[in-house]
Amino acid sequence: MQKKLILDSDLLDITINRLCQQLIEIHGDFSETVILGMQPRGIYVADIIHKKLEKDIKKNIPLGYLDATFYRDDFRRREVPAKANETRVPFIIEGKQVVLVDDVLFTGRTIRAAMDAMIAFGRPAKVELLVLLDRKYTRELPVAADYVGKAVNTLTSQRVLVELEAQGHKQNKIWLINKD
Amino acid sequence: MSKLSQKHLLGIKNITREDIELIFETAENFKEVINRPIKKVPSLRDVTIANVFFENSTRTRLSFELAQKRLSADVVNFSASNSSVKKGETLLDTVNNILAMKVDMIVMRHASPGAPHYLSKHIKANIVNAGDGTHEHPTQALLDTFSIREKLGDVGGKKIAIIGDILHSRVALSNIFALKKLGAKVMVCGPPTLLPKFIGQLGVEVEFDVRKALQWCDVANVLRIQLERQQIKYFPSLREYTLYYGITKKMLDSLKKQIVIMHPGPINRGVELSSDAADSQHSIILDQVENGVAVRMAVLYLLAGAA
Repeated sequence: MQKKLILDSDLLDITINRLCQQLIEIHGDFSETVILGMQPRGIYVADIIHKKLEKDIKKNIPLGYLDATFYRDDFRRREVPAKANETRVPFIIEGKQVVLVDDVLFTGRTIRAAMDAMIAFGRPAKVELLVLLDRKYTRELPVAADYVGKAVNTLTSQRVLVELEAQGHKQNKIWLINKD
Repeated sequence: MSKLSQKHLLGIKNITREDIELIFETAENFKEVINRPIKKVPSLRDVTIANVFFENSTRTRLSFELAQKRLSADVVNFSASNSSVKKGETLLDTVNNILAMKVDMIVMRHASPGAPHYLSKHIKANIVNAGDGTHEHPTQALLDTFSIREKLGDVGGKKIAIIGDILHSRVALSNIFALKKLGAKVMVCGPPTLLPKFIGQLGVEVEFDVRKALQWCDVANVLRIQLERQQIKYFPSLREYTLYYGITKKMLDSLKKQIVIMHPGPINRGVELSSDAADSQHSIILDQVENGVAVRMAVLYLLAGAA
């Protein structure tokens, strides 16, 4: 198994800072904006960005976790059903600007399911997508991210591994793995 | 990612502790779903489920039907009272005819113990047992234990007393299996005539005095006297049963601790449970009903997903 480091801790900090600045540029004081982290791994990225944004603009920003398991299009098409996680959206998203946050954008199918899941909490005015890592040329649906930490060329056979301190790892590191 | 060890839910006896825990975890997520403004998810939109009820039911059938609709499944209902069963059709023929119409899952209630087990050997569709005679009622036991877990944080180590007509109760048997698998201590309590002779072999304590049982337990699961299953007299009169085994608010208030009162329904108010006890802060009877939908959604989702 070959591992290649795509982003290390220092570079990740710079990337997160840039993403936050981009968000502030578009969303200003976040009075009409909510952040939704995608279960299971996007919530860690959402937490980091949310914390940094609140520190920068000195205001509370609504943060929720969204699980799209029950909306997936591969139910009954895989051996083992995907395990569901907690959904926690303690606010109404009707008329709000929603920033969906995930760690890796791959086929786009999770994002499609997430948009279905999100509508159960109201009709947002606008939805944007932020991903830490955009795997280019692997999309199966017409989905594109509005904010990208880093775009990488990958093969379908490769895997991206995101290790964050919040998940219990020693250091923030993002790897590209060749499966063999 | 995980799946159940079984293709059917025939009883609690033949599923594992891990299965029960997976169902609980999934049910927690569905409980959040059914409390949303839009209570529906599209998971089972290409699944057709037949509710085949050879025996009367209001709550269980409604609960299953709601669970199926919240999962976007297509649902057909069948009850024996207005069907060809009366004309002499066999169980297997009836079910095979339903399956020929491209049905993926069967939820069945039958008066004969073992009917769903027999069926599972002859058909391909997933089967969920919604009660087979005096044998098992697995989804009721799952929702009961799920409710205990929700109320007390854990089932392991807790003391549960099952009080009433144990002999005719499928709820009691399934509950005993589920509670033992989750590490709870179980006591059964009732008149000697309504306790099965060898019930102690299931690893439960037996008590004939309801006051002692209430003193001992953290949770009392009170069962209905099933007069419809009793061909002979097991006790002199309902009034006498109430005097000896009826639970009142006064009895609950006289205990040194706060215990939880459960009942699978339908309640015979004033017989096994007085109205003030059933409606007291001890009671989680309506939570059980709400959890029933979430737990059944979890069971249907997990069985359908592994297909």
